Amino acid sequence: MDSRRLPRTAVDPKVRRVGFFTSGEPLPARSQSFPAETGGSTTADGGMMSSTTTPDLSVGVISFSPVMIPPPRYASADGLPALGRAAATVTTVSAYSPLSPLRRDAIQLPVGSFNPSEYMQGTSAMLSPSSSRFDDLDFSEEVACYGKKWPGKEVASFPGSSDEMMMAVRGGGNALSMSALTTASVVKTLPGVTAKDGGTFIESQNERVGPARSQKQKTTKAERRALQEAQRAAKSAAKAAGEGGKHSAASSSGAPTNAKLDKGARPHSQNKDGPEDTATASEKRADRNLDKDRKKDFPHPSLQFDDKNRVEKAKRRAVVYQFEARNRVELFRHLPQYEYGSQLPYLESKFFHLDHIHPSVYQVGMQYISGSTSGGNARCKEMLLAFRMAIMDYSISPEKSVVRDLISKINSYVSFLIECRPLSVNMGNAIRFLKNRILKLHHNLSESEAKYILISDIDRFINEKIIVADKVIISHAVAKIRDGDVLLVYGHSTVVEMIIVHALELGKQFRIVIVDSRPKFEGRRLLRKLVMKGISCTYTHINAISYIMHDVTRVFLGASSVLSNGTVYARVGTACVAMVAHAFQVPVLICCEAYKFHERFLLDSICSNELGDPDVIINVHGGKDLNPLAKWADNENLQLLNLVYDATPSDYVSMIVTEHGMIPPTSVPVIIREYERDQLVF
Amino acid sequence: MWRRSASFVLDKRQLAQASPPHQQILLSSDDMEPNNLPNPNPSTDHGISAYYQTRAEHHAVVTSDWLAQAQAAVTRNAAVPEVLPKIAATGGSRAAGSGKAFSVIDEFNYWRKKPDLAEAVAAIMALAAFIRSSEATTMMELEIELKKASDTLKSWDTTSISLSAGCDLFMRYVTRTSALEYEDFNAAKLRLIERGEKFGEISLKARRTIAMLGQDFVFDGSTILVHGYSRVVLEVLKLAASNRKMFRVLCTEGRPDRTGLRFSNELAQLGVPVKLLIDSAVAYTMDEVDMVFVGADGVVESGGIINMMGTYQIALVAHCMNKPVYVAAESYKFARLYPLDQKDLAPAIRPIEFGVPIPSGVEVERNARDYTPPQYLTLLFTDLGVLTPSVVSDELIQLYL
Repeated sequence: MDSRRLPRTAVDPKVRRVGFFTSGEPLPARSQSFPAETGGSTTADGGMMSSTTTPDLSVGVISFSPVMIPPPRYASADGLPALGRAAATVTTVSAYSPLSPLRRDAIQLPVGSFNPSEYMQGTSAMLSPSSSRFDDLDFSEEVACYGKKWPGKEVASFPGSSDEMMMAVRGGGNALSMSALTTASVVKTLPGVTAKDGGTFIESQNERVGPARSQKQKTTKAERRALQEAQRAAKSAAKAAGEGGKHSAASSSGAPTNAKLDKGARPHSQNKDGPEDTATASEKRADRNLDKDRKKDFPHPSLQFDDKNRVEKAKRRAVVYQFEARNRVELFRHLPQYEYGSQLPYLESKFFHLDHIHPSVYQVGMQYISGSTSGGNARCKEMLLAFRMAIMDYSISPEKSVVRDLISKINSYVSFLIECRPLSVNMGNAIRFLKNRILKLHHNLSESEAKYILISDIDRFINEKIIVADKVIISHAVAKIRDGDVLLVYGHSTVVEMIIVHALELGKQFRIVIVDSRPKFEGRRLLRKLVMKGISCTYTHINAISYIMHDVTRVFLGASSVLSNGTVYARVGTACVAMVAHAFQVPVLICCEAYKFHERFLLDSICSNELGDPDVIINVHGGKDLNPLAKWADNENLQLLNLVYDATPSDYVSMIVTEHGMIPPTSVPVIIREYERDQLVF
Repeated sequence: MWRRSASFVLDKRQLAQASPPHQQILLSSDDMEPNNLPNPNPSTDHGISAYYQTRAEHHAVVTSDWLAQAQAAVTRNAAVPEVLPKIAATGGSRAAGSGKAFSVIDEFNYWRKKPDLAEAVAAIMALAAFIRSSEATTMMELEIELKKASDTLKSWDTTSISLSAGCDLFMRYVTRTSALEYEDFNAAKLRLIERGEKFGEISLKARRTIAMLGQDFVFDGSTILVHGYSRVVLEVLKLAASNRKMFRVLCTEGRPDRTGLRFSNELAQLGVPVKLLIDSAVAYTMDEVDMVFVGADGVVESGGIINMMGTYQIALVAHCMNKPVYVAAESYKFARLYPLDQKDLAPAIRPIEFGVPIPSGVEVERNARDYTPPQYLTLLFTDLGVLTPSVVSDELIQLYL
């Protein structure tokens, strides 16, 4: 089985739903008659599936959004090329025609011709007398699945039904007559079932089937357009009818219009939320939980700060009271920008009220705000150590589950830390790792055992992913320093500093050019350390980069994270340095631990970034008369932008040095793939 | 030392003043070089890359200067047997400890003598034979012995990328198996032998696989520029010719060992129209070229290749004129190296004949190979398939994980 695809499809629905569904649909309680549909039938036991694509299809059917074209391999894998596709397309459309009991009986006709037990597995719902509300969607899904599994007789029965589907779809809103017709024709087609190929099927159909066929054999474009129109019609009809018919449990043949509208209004809800086979349901829920958790770990790409409603909501939850800065650059309104200096006193005053935040976490949050802890590795280490302390002090009432309670605790800590300062990618990865470990705890473990395991996990993470990784990176990178080299470094990256110091210890002869920039002047700290070690250094500001680059033979840069397209997300100015180096044909080496890799893509520095304190870029040292813009906030026409990070395109990067070796930027996804599979990175 | 700008002239002067002895050593070596170079007999050149010696032995063209070299080789032969037994002795003494005289180097040399066999394949065969004849009694012992054998092979010629890459890959391929956890040592050893032989088989077949893949890219009426003598490229063109494809080949001369002459000879025997160019006529003829075919000494992690000197400039010219550059290389040439620029590699020194004495005080660049960065390569034909340069690193990471 294609192991890489499966989990993805299971996670997909949430993502794919966006934009095409009416949100917040209440999940109607379904009658017991509705159980094992596609989910139940296909996920019940994988052993019975003969084709690898089947699970995909079933899961996919659940998750298809209306506009998504199903991958062609569903259709072409087996003996029903065009038809399979047609059916799959139909499943993505919200046009339904209810199935009459008559039809259900008709369907049962071919039962005897194939393995009954397997059939029962899938269609037990159909056979139960109370399952009155079956529609073509489900039916065709069933058939599609079974058609794939046994390309025998029922495959032949399939064209008929899918044709009917097409018709029903084209019929648009007036399903009343359609349903009757559909039923009738299906009844007719089924006795005519033979093992014929789908394409050459049916001459003995009623006249409606003929045109349907011919239409279907036309270009798929037209077909899709028709489907879309039908869907639109269904939607509008649904709007008109409101949600009235939602809970009508009447038989669909009795009130077909109602039922149809109802389904049109919420296309897939019955697939998703009907009380399916309990096993699959719980499984899915678990999946979704995981999914949710994982989403939370990310440094909030979702919260757009120009979205007023969400920001309000977030604020109500917030612990840290943040004043928003007023004059903000239009392009960056989606990023949080606060008045600096206001949170710390507030947080201090609230110290004794924040009892749900562990003091060590609280302390780390304060350090983030004050800026006393900065730098990716340091922040991540501090955070993990704080979590370690919190887990050490953790105790739980016996009736609670350790896993859930701990996860929620960690979540609240994380959201507190995010309020202090947005998470960086490596912290997100570390949190994901920790949560994965928590989720994997065995239920029988006692509290102390669980705590011991987690604490050793955290220690191991810090040791392996940060400390040892740095050592390996150093040993790799030092090999690239030759005697007589001139190394250019930008800002203050701890790994780069260690590389330089180690190269000096090895007795290599080289010079350093330290390029620095406002407002943080992080390079000065590095300069101080290196000069004390006796290295010959040149210190300059980034303005002089094009001049100094003539002399340089290697550029060593650190990174906050490296993304899957090779883009390096690092301290603002890095992109400029890398670009100039590239123009001068100087190799650029990015030193970055693999736990900072992320599978996200980044094309510019706008979508995801952090805004620093705008005041610091306007202040100039040396007297008041040098600060003509002291009261800039009062000026409506002035916006200040203090970006913290920028994105360096992979073209400018010659090499990324990780603990797994020196790799080209094109191989970042390989590292992510290989190590995530083994759960080694995250 | 490699200096970039004028400011370093000053630096250098300061350095020279600071450390005069160092400079003197440099100077003296400079003085010695002119003495060595005009000498047509390279026998005194201990720094010469063994890899290129082997290649010269295999694909030499019989020309006047080759005859001269052969003459020289007679005198060299006196020296070579001295070296070999020494290595064999070390191997033998090690093997003697385990009771049997088996030398990897002997085995390797036996395979290496076959002209159609690449050095790396010879090494792989030798290592496979080594496992078979090893008398280790535990898995650990066997692994250590194998490691030692591969190290001796690698140290036999440090300039050959494919040799060390082949040894490394063999070690990875053979030892990365669950066999090491087998209870029974003999079963585990059998498994290792099996894997080793399989790897050898794959390596032997690699060239044919590449030819099958590569010949699809040769289309009727195409003009192909070839640089250097690559047995893989020859195999591709042979197959394309035998499939009745009509194409023309432009061969560079391939100074200093004139590999292009031999290559054009081979092609002419196949009935393929060939035209010989001097190495400096590449840009001149590039407009009529449809594609560039080159082999590789090694494929590095960035996806670039290390190949005979001149490949880089051909790739640059081809890139400028939007011509595809195809590299044919077996996967055992994939090396875990990552050169950042041309000087980032240990040079493989090779004698260069200019025919006339070189004026004293003139330096000669004698490096035999250059590094072509991946952005100038279009595709790599390997026995793993037709790859883009970025996949090389993918494969390497998977292998060395």
